[in-house]
Amino acid sequence: MKAINLTVNGEAHKVFCPENITLLTLLREYLHLTGAKVGCAAGECGACTVIYNGKPVNSCMVLAMEAEGAVVETIEGEAKDGKVSPLQQAFIDNHALQCGFCTPGMIMSARALLDENPKPSRDDIIHAMEGNLCRCTGYEPIITAIEQAAGGVR
Amino acid sequence: MSYIGKSIKRHDGVQKVTGRAEYVSDIKLNGMLHAKILTSPHAHAKIVNINTEKAKALPGVRTVLTGQEENTLVGIYMVDRSALASGKVRHWGEAVAAVAADTEEIAEQAVKLIEVEYEVLPIVFDVKEAIKPGAPQIHENAEEYDYIKGVFHPEPGRNIANRTKVRRGDVEAAFARADVVIERTYEQPQVFHLPLEPHGSIVQWGVDDNVKIYSSTQSPFAVRDLFAHGFGLPRNKVEVIAPYVGGGFGVKSGIHMEPLVGMLSKRCGGRPVKFIPTREEECTTLPARQGMVSRIKTGATKDGKIIAEEAEYLWVGGAYADYGVNISRAGAMTGCGPYDIENVKVDSVTVYTNHVFGTAYRGFGHPEVFHGIERQRDLLAKELGMCPVELRLKNLLMPGRKTITGELITENTGRVDKCLKLVSDKLKVGEGYTSQQLAEMKKTGKYRGKAATVLQKSPAMPTSSASSAIIHMNEDGTVHINVGGVDFGQGTYTVLQQIAAERLRIPIEKISVAPGVNTDMSPYDWQTVASRMTVLCGEAVCIACDDVTRQLLEMGAIALRASKHDLALEDEHVYVKQNPHQRVHYSKICMGYTYENGNAIGGPIIGRGKYIAQGLSFICPETGQGKTALDWTYGAHAVEVEVDTNTGDIEVLQMASCLDVGRVMNEAMLKGQVVGGVLQGLGTALSEVVRYDDKGRPLTRNLTDYKIPTFKDMPGNLDVSYVETPQLDGPYGARGVGEHPLISITAVIANALANATGVEMFDLPLSADKVRAALRQAK
Ligand code: FES
Ligand code: FES
Repeated sequence: MKAINLTVNGEAHKVFCPENITLLTLLREYLHLTGAKVGCAAGECGACTVIYNGKPVNSCMVLAMEAEGAVVETIEGEAKDGKVSPLQQAFIDNHALQCGFCTPGMIMSARALLDENPKPSRDDIIHAMEGNLCRCTGYEPIITAIEQAAGGVR
Repeated sequence: MSYIGKSIKRHDGVQKVTGRAEYVSDIKLNGMLHAKILTSPHAHAKIVNINTEKAKALPGVRTVLTGQEENTLVGIYMVDRSALASGKVRHWGEAVAAVAADTEEIAEQAVKLIEVEYEVLPIVFDVKEAIKPGAPQIHENAEEYDYIKGVFHPEPGRNIANRTKVRRGDVEAAFARADVVIERTYEQPQVFHLPLEPHGSIVQWGVDDNVKIYSSTQSPFAVRDLFAHGFGLPRNKVEVIAPYVGGGFGVKSGIHMEPLVGMLSKRCGGRPVKFIPTREEECTTLPARQGMVSRIKTGATKDGKIIAEEAEYLWVGGAYADYGVNISRAGAMTGCGPYDIENVKVDSVTVYTNHVFGTAYRGFGHPEVFHGIERQRDLLAKELGMCPVELRLKNLLMPGRKTITGELITENTGRVDKCLKLVSDKLKVGEGYTSQQLAEMKKTGKYRGKAATVLQKSPAMPTSSASSAIIHMNEDGTVHINVGGVDFGQGTYTVLQQIAAERLRIPIEKISVAPGVNTDMSPYDWQTVASRMTVLCGEAVCIACDDVTRQLLEMGAIALRASKHDLALEDEHVYVKQNPHQRVHYSKICMGYTYENGNAIGGPIIGRGKYIAQGLSFICPETGQGKTALDWTYGAHAVEVEVDTNTGDIEVLQMASCLDVGRVMNEAMLKGQVVGGVLQGLGTALSEVVRYDDKGRPLTRNLTDYKIPTFKDMPGNLDVSYVETPQLDGPYGARGVGEHPLISITAVIANALANATGVEMFDLPLSADKVRAALRQAK
């Protein structure tokens, strides 16, 4: 067991956990933030995407111990003041989700993209989202949702 | 109508975009243990000995279980699979032993300490070899298995779990008369369903045999039924909860890990045990779609009328045929596609092999059957020098004609011809390219081609498949709908909300569908499969709404001192037709009506609705004749591809898909089903394949080796349209549509490849390396 200090969704945490766990396990099992999903545990699906020091990462591929001092944003922090964000609303409005299992990861990847590039082209979106798999939607509505969120006021 | 057909947004959108939707893997219970399994490293082997002593001795381990100690047979159609392998293993990855421990890490360590001694047996991988006399048998005691007699027809001693036959007319005589006869074989590998969420389950087998199961399932009532049946428990002691489910596509129908996890919990004094398979276990322990080898022989006159067709479908059932037997049966029923053919002979056979076992996958056997049938149509057209669209139009089933199983097609069955014309006109299939375009193709080595295919599917389900719904009115006149079918992404609950809003004249935001299913509280539903929810559960909701309406009118009559006959519903009020301002809000009557002096009458309004498939019959075991289709949904796809003859890459430039949905209930969600289903189908066509080595060891155990389509693989332009021929017994005329977009995609791509390059390919997938090799060979 070791102590790790990190900031998640603006809150400071000190977490005691085994040394070999991943950031995903830390979030899900120790902080009970289960929005990030386990789709493969091998960096292949993007369901566990969170924003880690400003960049989107597959949290199943980050060791918890590396996260000392890190600033992490998860899907649980995306809605503010009891309201979904414009990006979340765009996903709902454009039917960009079905089963919803990929959705938290999709939204975090899209959030990171829009933070970095507020007016992405269709190709930028495809490039940035490529690591996020979805078996339900066929992706098209997700692109539309991100385009709409980028076009609207944020 | 204000709600039917509108693109109403998902009922569960907010829960899902905020990460609050809870799936099985997100649930933690007090005292919960974690399970891990040890799986077989052989595709076929005798289990000689298992030593669990070291595993048991590890601190934190609460129980270790092998199939020799405790077991149960489970299965929905063919009861041939036990919770843990006992005596022998029949595929690589089969669960052999399991551990429940305080943490996942301890369970994993313990599993590694279990020692198993195997005696390797010869493997059976080729379906044609498997059915030969003298082939090694995968199930030696097949004749002892329980199955639905008269519905399935196993042939013990031949590795055959089921054979379904269709016989119509006299094929031999017709072939002798035919001007052309073509015969081809098509091979399709197993593919994975690959919902992103694995098959999670948590089971608590408590004192006095009270069992509580959380499962990522499409079929909570089937899980309850099969679990209770397997362990001899009464149904009222088994509670199954399906929370949010992260996709299924068929692989979460029937029953899976719940019995094993249940036995672990029972041995641990009723502590809840959680088991979430790894992605590798999803690929090797849990089922895939069956592979298939089909041989199709077609006879036609020289003007293009098909007069005979003979098909042999050999399904690669894998190690267990639990669900597979019904897929071969469904494949036989649809065996020649939506065509009017007088002389037919179909044999559809589920064959045991040492592959990971097969189960229901979106389309339930139809994508596999249609690959061969729709390839065969283009080959016949080529042979006759006809336009393939013309050839199809000449042979399609039209009202007044009968299916190969003797079912009469009527004006209301749906119109496959309209779908085909629509998509082929849109893409101008059959029209050639200009000489300039052709010269350009020659120069770049990138050849374009077009094709169109048709499709059909009806639900394959027991003749008594039923759904039900309960509608509660709350104090303020808002509404809760409770059903037993699962919305695992397809959007059924939103459609049910629309139906209720429409019928009860309430704004849709005042109607909720209870998320998740709990068999202790939700009304019965057979399974969420077969594109049957909108039709069967939708009808149940219509009937429940009518029950609520009747009660509202009764109470309104009291409150308004009017005859029921003079009353109607609008805008959350019961009102007097001839005097609309005389009205009472639902909230004043839905919990009972109170008179001025305090006397009260009535009570809470609860509506009840039930619906059962109407008029389905068993089929004749010798000829397959009978009525098995509740509704036929027809459709067609057209495509234009560009084939890079240097690399073998096929790019989908544009597509058009059309379905006769009966009635569009929610256009945006319907389009979601089509766009998602088409891309899933393109995966099957172009890249997806479960691979094994020569010892039967799977090589595709993760998402790197098994590739599903990504953002980069979307087709160019996909045009989606609908024909609306109302289904008389569907809610507002609607029929099922969830599975259909995936059918006939593989054939349309292979047909377009042939149109572009002249190279005919029969087997799947049409991956770049195989296409390149075929192009080289053709040169
Ligand atoms: S769970 Fe992390 S990438 Fe799949
Ligand atoms: S919505 Fe189901 S995986 Fe994306």
